[in-house]
Amino acid sequence: MNVMSSKKSPLTWAVHISVVALVALWLFPTVGLFVSSFRTADQIANTGWWNALFTQERQAPAIRISGDEAEIDGEFVIDGRLFSNDDVNISHWGTSSREPEAYVPGDVADLGDGTALTVAQDGAFRLSAPQSFGDSRLPRVFTTATMPPEFTFENYRFVLFDPSNREGMAKAFFNTLTVTIPATIIPIVIAAFAAYALAWMRFPGRSLLVAAIVGLLVVPLQLALIPLLRFHNEIGIGKGYLGVWLAHTGFGLPLAIYLLRNYMVGLPRDIIENARVDGATDFQIFVKIILPLSFPALASFAIFQFLWTWNDLLVALVFLIDATGETTVMTKQIVELLGTRGGNWEILATSAFVSIAVPLAVFFAMQRYLVRGLLAGSVK
Amino acid sequence: MHPALQGLITIIIGVGGCVGYFYFSNQFLDRVLYPATGKNAGRNINRANQIRPWLFLAPALLALGLYLAYPVFATLWLSVTDRNAGGAFVGLANYRQMFDEPKFWEAVSNNMLWLIIVPAFSTAFGLLAAQLTDRIKWGNIAKSLIFMPMAISFVGAAVIWKLVYDTRPAGQDQIGVLNAVWLVFDGGPMSVLILKIVPPLILVVFAGFLAYSVIQIARSLLRGGFSHSATPWWGLVLRAGLALVAVWLVWVSLRSVVSLATVSLPYGEPQTWLTIPFWNSILLMVVLVWIQTGFAMVILSAALRGVPEETIEAAVIDGANPFQIFFKIKVPQIMGTIVVVWTTITIVVLKVFDIVFAMTNGQWETQVLANYMYDKLFRANDWGVGSASAMIIMLLVTPILVWNVINARKEMR
Repeated sequence: MNVMSSKKSPLTWAVHISVVALVALWLFPTVGLFVSSFRTADQIANTGWWNALFTQERQAPAIRISGDEAEIDGEFVIDGRLFSNDDVNISHWGTSSREPEAYVPGDVADLGDGTALTVAQDGAFRLSAPQSFGDSRLPRVFTTATMPPEFTFENYRFVLFDPSNREGMAKAFFNTLTVTIPATIIPIVIAAFAAYALAWMRFPGRSLLVAAIVGLLVVPLQLALIPLLRFHNEIGIGKGYLGVWLAHTGFGLPLAIYLLRNYMVGLPRDIIENARVDGATDFQIFVKIILPLSFPALASFAIFQFLWTWNDLLVALVFLIDATGETTVMTKQIVELLGTRGGNWEILATSAFVSIAVPLAVFFAMQRYLVRGLLAGSVK
Repeated sequence: MHPALQGLITIIIGVGGCVGYFYFSNQFLDRVLYPATGKNAGRNINRANQIRPWLFLAPALLALGLYLAYPVFATLWLSVTDRNAGGAFVGLANYRQMFDEPKFWEAVSNNMLWLIIVPAFSTAFGLLAAQLTDRIKWGNIAKSLIFMPMAISFVGAAVIWKLVYDTRPAGQDQIGVLNAVWLVFDGGPMSVLILKIVPPLILVVFAGFLAYSVIQIARSLLRGGFSHSATPWWGLVLRAGLALVAVWLVWVSLRSVVSLATVSLPYGEPQTWLTIPFWNSILLMVVLVWIQTGFAMVILSAALRGVPEETIEAAVIDGANPFQIFFKIKVPQIMGTIVVVWTTITIVVLKVFDIVFAMTNGQWETQVLANYMYDKLFRANDWGVGSASAMIIMLLVTPILVWNVINARKEMR
């Protein structure tokens, strides 16, 4: 026994370490995006997000001095602080972009005409001159400072609630929601009835239909784009919500019927036979017995369909979004941002995280059903 | 009307309409058409029960037929007609035009690479994660974290990974992890070890493993192919095909060993990863592997738990080590599930569009079939060639489709 345990323990350790490494590797990219969405544009552009949690020394962008002047002993003085943060530690500063590290804290810089500027280590500055500053432009200060980690909700406010932001996600968020909810509920209703018929009613051609549905499971929806768009245009739906709801319903049905039928077949035969003997019609059996019992399968499919419609880009591009862009969904909006704001990571990261947050919440809340659905849905 | 309100009304009309349809059509059948009363009661009940399944199935069949079955044939028809000539039949002209385009062959060869690499690595990582997490206490937490990318959209994943692959000019701090790691290598002995010695070793081992399996397959073909007919003909064809793919992979890996040995790596220079041909395709595949591994892990973990305990105990008593138990006892028993996972991921790969569309849009030689098709259909407005490329995707899916249907029918019996 001793030999066993001493042999076993290094292997157990190796397993633990490998799993930690694997999980870290899998989480790392998402965490990067999440952390970035809480950093300022300037921070993201200058340092990697993995530095965000540490105090870091870097050159801050130029800050133009501002404040009200006061007359003290015949001199005009502006006092103030460069940073709102107290924990700043300035190592060098300067007044021109050519020499951003000309002075150390405490030095007095002569800016000509008797104007003098001094900056202390914690960012307090004092600008003085023999005459009033009036409307003249005040000097800029370049600083090299170590700063504590700093996080902000400003990105989220800008992306979600700023009415002046024309590329905001608020409208796209509601559009996505508008696409998703009907596109999740309607196929469930249609598929549940069909699945009941395929599972518990006897009629010629039943097994052939089941086989056909298994076949349709893998038909790429790419084939459907042009014929259906043409069809929608012919019957007058055109591009719009109705079209995208119908398309998602059609594309989701094979999986829905397949999942629900497999589940319903496994329900105990006795209950259904007894109900039949007691004179219940098929419709009553379905509504009162089958539907409540099938809740796990219904939930599984609902999660699948919700994730799929929420995350979808192609179907929305083809069937929903017209030239006005009024009905844009979040995935499309993000692709647009990737083109126009490719370097503005604070906006990209925040927008992406807004669109990811809802599916992630659903995922963690209802993971059990998702796993069950996956296990039942992969064709064996 | 506000879209949210419109959506609400649609839910009510859609759901209410469906339920109403089912309810009233049943009522109509039972009360009006074939009432279960009078002298024909028995016959009427039978008749009603013959019609009822079709009432239940009608909306689903209509939607399936219109949205999935009909488009297959419509696309087939579009691919042999010319839109500009008023939809006149042009035979295989669209296909011929497509086959003449280098961009198409680029998409096909990239897709082939995707089809091999993504399912292989997703399944391998999934199997590894499943096996490892099943043995530890906090395995379920680890599982759900690895599984998490499944919930993230391809577009969201594209943004996440674009940040990883981001490039800043030389001299500035890199904000992309990949470049930050890359700049750690400076051409010293450690860099040579990690970049020049380890990868070729892995590749050589990989090629050796493949060559060994090719020899095994060739032997079994030569021996079993002629003497007795235990395996059906398509099994032989499948094995021969696998062997050919393996031979091709051996050739590819040996060639990359040579090119790795001869190339001089640009140490210390930040790279714009997504513009380097070939490697950018690999980096896009990494995104899909990252997403699909969780799926493979969940399915395979359930399969691993289903492996009978006795077989493992017997192996332990016979003195097998953990690796032997895993590769010789467990893996053979879950081979069926591995094939299912592999084919499911294959189908995802064939349809992959969003990742390429969002990250490179097929530039820098990263084109794949689904994005090529989108390009043709909606940018070039060439329905003929677009439909032809859609048919190619359908053609690639068909073997899996047939296989699934055969298996499903076997199970029903």
